[in-house]
Amino acid sequence: MAGKELKTILATDCGSTTTKAILIELTDQGYRLKTRGEAPTTVEAPFEDVTKGVLNAIMEVEELSGLKILDGDQIIHPMVDENTGVDVYVSTSSAGGGLQMMVAGVVKAMTGESAERAALGAGSIVMDVLASNDGRLPHQKIERIRQLRPDMILLSGGIDGGTVSHVVELAEILAAANPKPRLGQNYKLPVIYAGNIKAQQNIKETLGSITDLDIIENIRPVLEVENLGPARDKIHDLFMEHVMAQAPGYKKLMTWTDAPIMPTPGAVGSLIEMVAKKENISVVGVDIGGATTDIFSVFQGQFNRTVSANLGMSYSVCNVLAEAGLENVLRWVPIDIDEGELTNRIGNKMIRPTTVPQSLEELIIEQAIAREALRLSFIQHKSFAVSLKGVQQERTISDAFDQSGSGETLVDMMELDLLVGSGGVLSHAPRREQAMRMLIDAFVPEGITQLAVDSIFMMPQLGVMANIENKELAESARKAAVEVFEKDCLIRLGTCIAPIGKPKPGTVILTAEFELPGEGKKVVELRSGEIIVIPAPYQAINAKLTPAKTMAIGKDKGEAHETNIYGGTVGLIFDGRGRPFELSTEKSKRIENLNKWSKATNEYPDTDMLGGK
Amino acid sequence: MAHSYTPGLKVLHESKVRKERILPLKGEVIVEAKATVTPDDIVARTHLPGNVQMVNVGNLLNIDPTDVEAVMQKPLGSEFTKGELMAETKGILGFFKSKVLAPIDCTLESISSITGQVVLRDAPIPVEIDAYIRGTVAEVYPEEGVAIETEAVYIQGIFGIGGESRGELAVVVETREDELRADMIKPEHAGKVLVGGSFLSLKAYKKALGMKVAGIVVGGFNYFDLEEILGYTLGVAITGSEDLVTSLVLTEGYGEIRMGSRTFDLLKKHHGKFTSINGATQIRAGVIRPEIVIPLNKEDLKGDAHAVQINEGIQSGSLVRVIRAPYFGRIGTVISLPPELQKMESETMVRVAEIKIDDEVMIIPRANLEMVETD
Repeated sequence: MAGKELKTILATDCGSTTTKAILIELTDQGYRLKTRGEAPTTVEAPFEDVTKGVLNAIMEVEELSGLKILDGDQIIHPMVDENTGVDVYVSTSSAGGGLQMMVAGVVKAMTGESAERAALGAGSIVMDVLASNDGRLPHQKIERIRQLRPDMILLSGGIDGGTVSHVVELAEILAAANPKPRLGQNYKLPVIYAGNIKAQQNIKETLGSITDLDIIENIRPVLEVENLGPARDKIHDLFMEHVMAQAPGYKKLMTWTDAPIMPTPGAVGSLIEMVAKKENISVVGVDIGGATTDIFSVFQGQFNRTVSANLGMSYSVCNVLAEAGLENVLRWVPIDIDEGELTNRIGNKMIRPTTVPQSLEELIIEQAIAREALRLSFIQHKSFAVSLKGVQQERTISDAFDQSGSGETLVDMMELDLLVGSGGVLSHAPRREQAMRMLIDAFVPEGITQLAVDSIFMMPQLGVMANIENKELAESARKAAVEVFEKDCLIRLGTCIAPIGKPKPGTVILTAEFELPGEGKKVVELRSGEIIVIPAPYQAINAKLTPAKTMAIGKDKGEAHETNIYGGTVGLIFDGRGRPFELSTEKSKRIENLNKWSKATNEYPDTDMLGGK
Repeated sequence: MAHSYTPGLKVLHESKVRKERILPLKGEVIVEAKATVTPDDIVARTHLPGNVQMVNVGNLLNIDPTDVEAVMQKPLGSEFTKGELMAETKGILGFFKSKVLAPIDCTLESISSITGQVVLRDAPIPVEIDAYIRGTVAEVYPEEGVAIETEAVYIQGIFGIGGESRGELAVVVETREDELRADMIKPEHAGKVLVGGSFLSLKAYKKALGMKVAGIVVGGFNYFDLEEILGYTLGVAITGSEDLVTSLVLTEGYGEIRMGSRTFDLLKKHHGKFTSINGATQIRAGVIRPEIVIPLNKEDLKGDAHAVQINEGIQSGSLVRVIRAPYFGRIGTVISLPPELQKMESETMVRVAEIKIDDEVMIIPRANLEMVETD
């Protein structure tokens, strides 16, 4: 190994409510999670110093591990001896509302979208996308900029050598608005210019004196190429220099870490990107929080992230209700419930966000809302994760009847190999079967898809570990991140096998033949409308899957498919509900089906006691 | 002794309340330290920069952007009145001139030789800040604002709508279980802050709006009725900027929930006193709860308030309120806080508290308890 072999790594994630610390150790079985600790985040009054929460979380790690990590309010690193200190300390942060940006581009669907992708990929929340063609008048744009007060602005527009006036016009609008940053009144707003190279001088003249302007390579040098790397890196740098430096206690925290602090979603995204690359697979990752839901995907090697800023399980739970509609939430509830009472209950969860479901009924309602929050976030993600728009495509005669063009979604559920869920409602569901069901019902995977959940939401810490640039530490830290991700972070739930097509009721739609370790050969006949769960461990199981003539499990209808499938804590799930999947609109039939699927998957203790037979 | 950190709402019968009244931008403070102020007194004022309008003079006059500066009638920084000639081309031999008139009263802020745009700024917008509560100016922050202090009854609600309001407190129900019905709201309640019991219907709230009632404090309100008042579905609990005559403060939550007895008794005791309320709520990091402030006269002060340690958390003997179904709204006393995780009906493993409610002992997740913070 070229660099130093790290023995212990300490990583924290300063969330908006909780600061979580994990301790990783090099053991005989490679890198493993030794212990974790958490404490309330202390960015707000009366503490106003993030390091207090960090120290509290580390203190819990100290107590549980027996390792001495702190010397007063200093982290001992590098390691002094086996019982004192850690080799490396790193951290991520989303405290104080994370990184909030505005982006601007000339054409909304082209440079505007590229700028948005760069900002989201760097882990920020995009408050608005300004574009020359967004339909708003200049004074409306100006008003919006003044109202939002972003942490920084990414301005792009035009391909290199293209028209100058449009992007300069956007700069003039920014200058007229003269926005003030959200944190700290005494410094200039950071603006990154990543547009037409020809306009750089004009941009300097327009924005140079009133903003803290950085000029970098064009995000879209030609229509066919998106160059997001430099913009993402610059956003990370400015996040550290400006935003973090303004947040209470971060200056101190920055001196403690061995690598730059990353925005939490940026760290998670980079981990997912790394896993997809390493395994050469397509991955979707989701993190459903109290206020927002983040979705990350890698399809055809292309990474995308979206954040649904107002779809979450507590602070924004009423927004899920507003966007999905009460009907769509209720369709997942296998019991009769008064609608007025239900909305009041959900409203009460919003105003008291830290409460937990005590009764089974409350849990079922919460998981019904989660399905809708996930479903809506994924719809948003699919419409954003698209191929580049505005690219001219060469067509041959064989494409004459193919309507697909630029801007098609990259998300292909048949191609998806692994779906990873995290966030309280998924990671802490009382039964893993519930997490599995929520993921399947919301994302509706097609064909063969492995499912997993993040056990304790440590993807942010692993993400920042995987991004350490210091050559001496990088290799070992990356190895640790990958190993811990595989062994301790991911809980493999199993594989969902869902044939696509509209099946006739009651018919056999798939026959699966496979050999389970220690149990011999098994044949499963999946009928339309049912779900079958076969307990199986997480190991490669060679299976032959033969769909009915009208159904497909691979490329073509009726074509048998031989492959390796993996079990997990839940096992192999054969989903015969057909794709596209629709719930019955008839209430009694819907409730009957929900209860049937619930029983088949061992989802809830006994929903019959709630009156839903 | 075992204890647990639990958020709680303040219900204080005597407390030093400090309110900072800060301008959005630097300006002028017009009261002095130690001055006595009433809620309507203006304490600071400033001017916000005016809105901006952009006019593409280049396009309008069909000239090259580089020529725009030459056709402007006045230099940068000049003022124009609405309808005044702002730019004019030379025309041909003095004929066929094209003109652009100022669309608003404004100052010419910039001219672009690349796009042909000119930026015009409206007149500054005056902003004044009042004292909100009766009290004394405890501190002056030069150019920024002041802090006002007063000895007062201080009660936090759980959720509210509408911003700051004030008026005489009028308790219009007999008991905390009573609904505040529309027929209880009378013309003489205009400008007053009404106190109800368990519930306020949409019909009653609308009547209060019509009667120009200053504010209502009540136990519960239906979540789905908010849509009709606000004109949109409330997705996240961030309120306060609604333009409503009648600010609303809920002390318990959504639905019909009787008001906490201490809250109700305290409000009843101060019936007729002048009260300031604020419905502004923000349930996010940096939480803001709605509030009711009833400044006390010197003769009302008993000096028996003791500092409440918010961070002390709940412990055995603490008075707590259950804040989630199935026991939502009930108040009890903590008997013990067992350290080990326990399995609920939902199978969720949680830290719990043993609570005695009406002589019955119940096990409730600690996360579902709220400390009733009293003095």
